[in-house]
Amino acid sequence: MTDTPSPPPLEVHDLTVAYHQKPVLYGVDVAVPPGSLVGIIGPNGAGKSTFIKAVMGLLPLSSGWVKLFGEPLSRGGHRVGYVPQRESVDWDFPVSVMDVVLMGRYGRLRLGQRPTRADREIARDCLDKVRMLPFANRQIGNLSGGQQQRVFLARALAQESDLYLMDEPFVGVDAATEAAIIALLRELKERGRTLLVVHHDLTSARDYFDHLMLLNMRLVAFGPTAEVFTPRLLQTTYGGRLSILTDVAQTLGSQP
Amino acid sequence: MNALSLHRPHRLLPLLLLVLCCVFPSLAEAARISELTDTGMLTRAVRFFTFQDPSLRYALAGSMLLGVCCGLMGAFLVVRKLALMGDALSHAVLPGVALGYLWNLTKDPLAIFIGATLAGLLGAATVQLIRSTTRHREDAALGFVLASFFGVGICLFTMIQNLPGGNKSGLDQMMFGQAAALGRGDVILLACVTFLAVIAVLLFYKEYLLTSFDPGFARSIRLPVPFFHYSLMLLLAFAIVASLQAVGVVLVSAMLVIPASAAYLLTDRFARMLLLSALFGLCTGAIGAFFSFVGRSLPTGPFMVLAAAVVFALALFFGPRYGILPRWWRQRSRSARIQRENTLKAIYHVLEKDDFRREAVTFKELAAHRRETLEEARQQIARVADVELVTVQGDVIAFTPDGWQRACEIVRNHRLWELYLTHAARIAPDHVHEDAEMIEHVLGEDTVRKLERRLNYARRDPHGKLIPGLEDIRQGPLGPAIPPGGPTVPPTA
Repeated sequence: MTDTPSPPPLEVHDLTVAYHQKPVLYGVDVAVPPGSLVGIIGPNGAGKSTFIKAVMGLLPLSSGWVKLFGEPLSRGGHRVGYVPQRESVDWDFPVSVMDVVLMGRYGRLRLGQRPTRADREIARDCLDKVRMLPFANRQIGNLSGGQQQRVFLARALAQESDLYLMDEPFVGVDAATEAAIIALLRELKERGRTLLVVHHDLTSARDYFDHLMLLNMRLVAFGPTAEVFTPRLLQTTYGGRLSILTDVAQTLGSQP
Repeated sequence: MNALSLHRPHRLLPLLLLVLCCVFPSLAEAARISELTDTGMLTRAVRFFTFQDPSLRYALAGSMLLGVCCGLMGAFLVVRKLALMGDALSHAVLPGVALGYLWNLTKDPLAIFIGATLAGLLGAATVQLIRSTTRHREDAALGFVLASFFGVGICLFTMIQNLPGGNKSGLDQMMFGQAAALGRGDVILLACVTFLAVIAVLLFYKEYLLTSFDPGFARSIRLPVPFFHYSLMLLLAFAIVASLQAVGVVLVSAMLVIPASAAYLLTDRFARMLLLSALFGLCTGAIGAFFSFVGRSLPTGPFMVLAAAVVFALALFFGPRYGILPRWWRQRSRSARIQRENTLKAIYHVLEKDDFRREAVTFKELAAHRRETLEEARQQIARVADVELVTVQGDVIAFTPDGWQRACEIVRNHRLWELYLTHAARIAPDHVHEDAEMIEHVLGEDTVRKLERRLNYARRDPHGKLIPGLEDIRQGPLGPAIPPGGPTVPPTA
């Protein structure tokens, strides 16, 4: 799959990011094959969100480069859908669910151009896909955490991108919503989209993703889940966090 | 709510243009208000409303324009949680005002405008500098800039007062505002700034909305976020500086924050909030100008701010959705309804104890059942009888058809919920009653249908009691509708 002639949706070389001169991510090299559903996992403070933000061009790079579909960051940006962390916005902001989903269309509109009827239709469809259409006119603060997450997801869907970057879309989401979201992500993958998802739960990571990216300030491993989800690599990723490791070791051991 | 349909702000355009049209004719040639002869308060009020004084037109037009542009900018400050920024900026411009005056020792609106804008931008830059180079957060930086720039400004003002002719400079009016002193130049400046703000907001509504709500996402779709942020801050500085003459340095921030905060209490849509905020600004500006004119040479700023505060207080207390009184009222009527429903349920229980062989209960039975005094029972029943859910004849209480239906529904909700908790959630039967006591009052018909389906239309609750169904409700009521004396059909039939 990596041998396809078309450039990979996301290629990162020697990506280094620092906050106040303190490096958070060191020399990450990754080329994500098209049509893959990638889980980004690692302990707290491993730089998972930093990686997503750096790829989106939201953080200055200390060194290295990012290519989206073979183009530098500044030009490939419009082909990328983004789901930020839920806490990144003020949910008391006076906007409706529909307003937020429509924002997904803004990237395709010119400056000063208003969303068209077609944009509204697309936003509607996307809301319907995450089963939030009945809430279209609600103020976004009057939603549960899972519903808010689905609104963000619908906004990303409305971007109709080929590559999606999602920062912890499962935080504060109940099990049923999580299952619905993962089904939606798989459907996108089936249609050839590439998705990178920051995920914090190791046990479900193996079931959800076909590729895994193990991060802990540097890239520990990237590859198909079957090859990367090994006790040795997880040990390296999670360092001394034995409690998590024993949990996972148990699940690994209980596999036939 | 959708009838207004102000989702798309271009619909606001006609309204805003109308406002501007009302304001512009008043730019006719005029004398200063100070040249007017003294007259009584009433006469002055009459003159205010007949717009005889051209000078008054300046004052009014200026105050209204200032209300609109401060209202628009203030809405952005409030949703971006930058309310203090307006305060700091408005104080930071003071040294610029003084330097603008010192430039050629006249109160030239343009020189003062430029000086004040530069001082405001310097203040904003200082805040940014403190934030990015120290570990102070924005609040400390804003506090520092506000106080120190204001201090410098006061020093310069005192210096000017001591210059020859300085005490006639009119600069003292800059502190608390004097709409009556607005000249043609001031009003034109205000009109330009307001026009600029309105056009920017109409043209780039979508971009300003997104960069205010989710700057990270805005950057991810390659919107020039800093451009929109700084253009907004520049417009803000313009609005503040242009408003100084009318409302004063000290209180201009109130005109930014208060109308916008009142609007925020009244709506959940940003476009509507912008419109309301501009409208409130316009009205309070006019009211401030009125009082300043009627009371002669009274400072305008305080009156404007008082008017704005009244609007805010009205929104706070009477706003339909978030107002304190409507919320209190809703809460009260909800608890009154719950009380009524509990009374109905109690009557049902008493009847049920007797297997529905009777159609009416006495106060005594009801009081005994609820472990209340007779007096309490009478009060409760009176409340239910008021809304015609029961009828009282002498000592006997009977359901009306509506009352019977509601009682059945409540009992059904209660028992269905208990059953659901014990079956689906596997909670012990003796733990579910309390929860059902609350849930019974809020279950909607849709949820009830779902529960019934989920529970296979079960007829008995966990305690073995009958769950009244649609059939029972239809067969009811056991009250006066059935001929007295005849045996009543038990709802189980």
